[in-house]
Amino acid sequence: MGKKAPRFAAAAVFLLTLAACGGGGTPTSQTDVGITSNSILLGNTIAQSGPAAAYGTIGNAELAYFTYVNNNQGGVNGRKITFKILDDAYNPAQTITQTKQLVESDQVFAMFSGLGTQAQTSVREYLNGKKVPQLFVATGATTFMKDFGSNQWTIGWQPPYQGEARIYAKDVLANHPNAKIGVLYQNDDYGQDYLKGLTDGLGDKASMIVAKQSYDVTAANPFPQLTQLKASGADTLFLFSTPKPSIQSLAFISAVHWEPTIYLNSVSNPQVYMGLAAKAGAALKNVTSVGYIKDPTDPQWASDDGMKLYKQVIANCTTCNVNDGFNIYGVAVAYTMLDVLKQAGSNLTRANVMKIASSQLNETNPFLLPGVKVTTTSSDHFPIMQEQVITWSGTGWKLQGTLIDERGTIK
Amino acid sequence: MSRIRTAPPRYWLVALAVIFFFGLPTVMSSYLASEWSQALILAVAIMGLNILVGYSGQLSLGHGAFMALGAYTSAILVHRYKMDFLVTIPIAAVFTGLVGFLFGVPALRLSPLYLALATFALAVVTPSLIKRPDKLTGGVQGILVVQPDPPQVAGNAYSAVTGTVMTSDQWIYYVVLFCALILFWLAWNLARHRPGRAMRAIRDGEVAAAASGINVAGYKTLAFGISAFYAGTAGSLFALSTGFVSPDTFPVSLSIQLLVGAVVGGLASIPGPVLGAIVAYFLPIASSQWVPSQTWLPDQVTSTVKNAGPAVSYGAILILIMMFAPNGIVGLVKAGYTVLNRRLRGVSDPKSGQMPSDPETV
Amino acid sequence: MQEFLQLVLSGIATGGIYASLALALVLIYNAMGLVNFAQGEMAMLATFVGYALITRGMSFWIAFPVTLVLAFGGGIVIQRVVIKPVEKAPVLTLVIITLGLATLVNGLAGFIWGYLPRTFPSPFSSDSVDLGGVFVSYRDVGVIAVTGVVLLCVYLLLQHTTVGLTLRAAAHHPEASRLLGVHVSWMLALGWGLASAVGAVSGMMVAPVLFLEPNMMQTIIIYAFAAAVLGGIESPLGAVVGGLIVGVTINLAGAYLPGVGGDLQLAVGLAIIIVVLILKPNGLFGQAAVRRV
Repeated sequence: MGKKAPRFAAAAVFLLTLAACGGGGTPTSQTDVGITSNSILLGNTIAQSGPAAAYGTIGNAELAYFTYVNNNQGGVNGRKITFKILDDAYNPAQTITQTKQLVESDQVFAMFSGLGTQAQTSVREYLNGKKVPQLFVATGATTFMKDFGSNQWTIGWQPPYQGEARIYAKDVLANHPNAKIGVLYQNDDYGQDYLKGLTDGLGDKASMIVAKQSYDVTAANPFPQLTQLKASGADTLFLFSTPKPSIQSLAFISAVHWEPTIYLNSVSNPQVYMGLAAKAGAALKNVTSVGYIKDPTDPQWASDDGMKLYKQVIANCTTCNVNDGFNIYGVAVAYTMLDVLKQAGSNLTRANVMKIASSQLNETNPFLLPGVKVTTTSSDHFPIMQEQVITWSGTGWKLQGTLIDERGTIK
Repeated sequence: MSRIRTAPPRYWLVALAVIFFFGLPTVMSSYLASEWSQALILAVAIMGLNILVGYSGQLSLGHGAFMALGAYTSAILVHRYKMDFLVTIPIAAVFTGLVGFLFGVPALRLSPLYLALATFALAVVTPSLIKRPDKLTGGVQGILVVQPDPPQVAGNAYSAVTGTVMTSDQWIYYVVLFCALILFWLAWNLARHRPGRAMRAIRDGEVAAAASGINVAGYKTLAFGISAFYAGTAGSLFALSTGFVSPDTFPVSLSIQLLVGAVVGGLASIPGPVLGAIVAYFLPIASSQWVPSQTWLPDQVTSTVKNAGPAVSYGAILILIMMFAPNGIVGLVKAGYTVLNRRLRGVSDPKSGQMPSDPETV
Repeated sequence: MQEFLQLVLSGIATGGIYASLALALVLIYNAMGLVNFAQGEMAMLATFVGYALITRGMSFWIAFPVTLVLAFGGGIVIQRVVIKPVEKAPVLTLVIITLGLATLVNGLAGFIWGYLPRTFPSPFSSDSVDLGGVFVSYRDVGVIAVTGVVLLCVYLLLQHTTVGLTLRAAAHHPEASRLLGVHVSWMLALGWGLASAVGAVSGMMVAPVLFLEPNMMQTIIIYAFAAAVLGGIESPLGAVVGGLIVGVTINLAGAYLPGVGGDLQLAVGLAIIIVVLILKPNGLFGQAAVRRV
């Protein structure tokens, strides 16, 4: 720490001078590791190579938003954001060493939007032990919101998979009370969380699930599982799978002339993927999903201010595909991060930032569906809990009914 | 005294290497110590693979699976049965060694290519095999292993030398180093005594080996067992040093990384695995972080490398290493040494000028 | 019964995918006694090249042969640049080089085209015929048919042409071949070119089913490897039959073995194949021969 002292002193002197000369400057200012008079350093680990490399673009989109803010708004409260992304190839062992590197060697102020349930679980203990904020992890695993009590330096962002599955459960009970449900789920935390949400949501009607089949990520396709689901007599199919197997499934069920009612998870529902499925011969009849984020390929947002802003932001990233749903996700979560830093103002301590993120958020995010709010309170640490049921019209998603709020249902 | 003076140069190299590894954490940060412990752990696993591939001539594309077994054995013992971690290391090692020995029995019937397929398949299905018994393994949630604080004695000694407090990562580094030293010493002894000679004889010709009275099946299975013992130890230490095990920690790429390390370092040599581990561990890190951070390179190069991701530079560098050192780093050094020796001693005939190969490095 | 037949048929369809790539593996193995772990990634790259041609307005039937020629040339270039300098190195060194090549090509494709899946046009309709409740899609039939044609070509080439004979001679007896005036090194390059072209066919046939993205072939190569080995790595016919068996075994293992389920179907399927190999150590169509790995 000795080495850092002069820099802190310099920063303090600089700030004092600013305060004295500027008049309107901040009277008291507190900072922590990773903050200088003109910069804020955030760290991130994400898969940019290996089997989950498709997610890697999220980090680049987040960086694009920070670059946009730095260039167009001069950063946040005069400080520019530096965002260091490391590629962990979706391997928790690498996440651990890289997080240690970011915290101990690069001295980041906070970790932001780290990706992957196993990866982020692997560093949760470490980051909480060091009291380094682990902000807005990029996974819908419920534990990152539910277990805030025992991990007060960790918070998620996106709606939990279980909450989404509960919405489907409600929709089935209301619209198809006699459905025979078949579930296809990926054999990992993602698929299992969805399945749990559905089972919990159906409650004493859980016997409506007549068959469930899991597939492994190393499988070429989920066709044998779908064949068995069809043979089980199910008339309602839940796809709790990542985009590629979902597209394959949608095409396959049409090829075998099966026409179940389909519930498609939100990770797989961007219009790009629906378009791919249609091209591959999927009929896409009776497909229901939920949304909370605006889809860049959806024409209904063409003149929307949030979407215009997104397109302006994403131009800062040369490798980002503007139509990729993961990119608007990245920009939206980066927006929340900036909101937290803005609120913290001059009190840029880790504790204060964590307090705002976990209990004082009340944000309208321009990249989310109208009405969806990012909210946390001292007793609720699920930032996004509103989603809207959408159905596929053949050319695009149609918003159905009103926003459904699942706040408070997951204990 | 005279023994020290007449010691061959490689003993000095070994002494230097040991001093280097021993002093490392005192001059670098806690986080770097954790990176180096992972590199050393990789070296132990690669040494095991080296015994199998380099000495006994059986190919394994799935040694990551044995690491997973060792890691989960330790993690489960620590987490469920509250055992002290250090106690679990030998248990995990012996258990994995036994499983490896049993795996070696059917492996005898497989031709090299089928063995490659069988081990590769093992590596591919390891994550889904771990997920199944989720009551035992924690399924996809994995198991957290609390990292131990350094004991009083070690902490005091460390503070006395460096003046700073010893962290868990630094303590774990020394545990890893201690295990690595023992295992490398064992491997060295194995290589120059009867089992090592027998294995090499089998590798170079099974029929001839059998004719000279070597128990071919016995030694081949033994090699599998020993090799798995090393991988199990490495896995156990891996769980300790990362503090977390989960299915995705043991992807196919881990097994590939081990094989890359073994070949890049140099097969059938003792220093090979250490050098190979350093390359296999630090090359991906360097290719994603070092190149983009170099200011002297043109911006276009650094930004291209950054955008192209680590895979491209890692693949390219790996190919280049193998093109310039087809027998691994040790092979390259040895070839250089031979050339130098020939020049100095004026021996012109490459065949007769070559020294008889050392028994330990054949 | 319907379920069983459908599982078998979709297993055959998936097996056809494995088989088509396995053929390319067999070609390289015949040419130089090496399993090329980069074969899948090379096929993926060739398919992206075909995709780029088609999106630039070329019709499928022109882009297809152009891609094959480019892939053939690319295979030769790779052999000359990367493999030739280390021809005499231990075979494991070559294996590591192919692994490095796989990583490199995968990263390169990700860099150029990104990871968003794309549709690849298929010459076959996505419709299917109804055979009494069991459905067979034209696309799957197409994959199998094309694989059959490629198999026939490879077989004729290896067994009934001078080039094929020279190719095999160069691989098995390089010294003797050299004495007889065969350019051994160029024969190896030819082998790489042919394998690369066969891989390109495989890539373009399976891309409509699997969707084109850099990781398209990453898991396929594992099953193609299993298929080639099961058939007896040197036999093209074996590779195809092996591929179909692998596809069907995996499908049925997940469905009918008690306690297996979808998540372990791969593990059990591969285990069955290895047991078969223990019982029949030369593969289904292999001849007993001592070769380097």
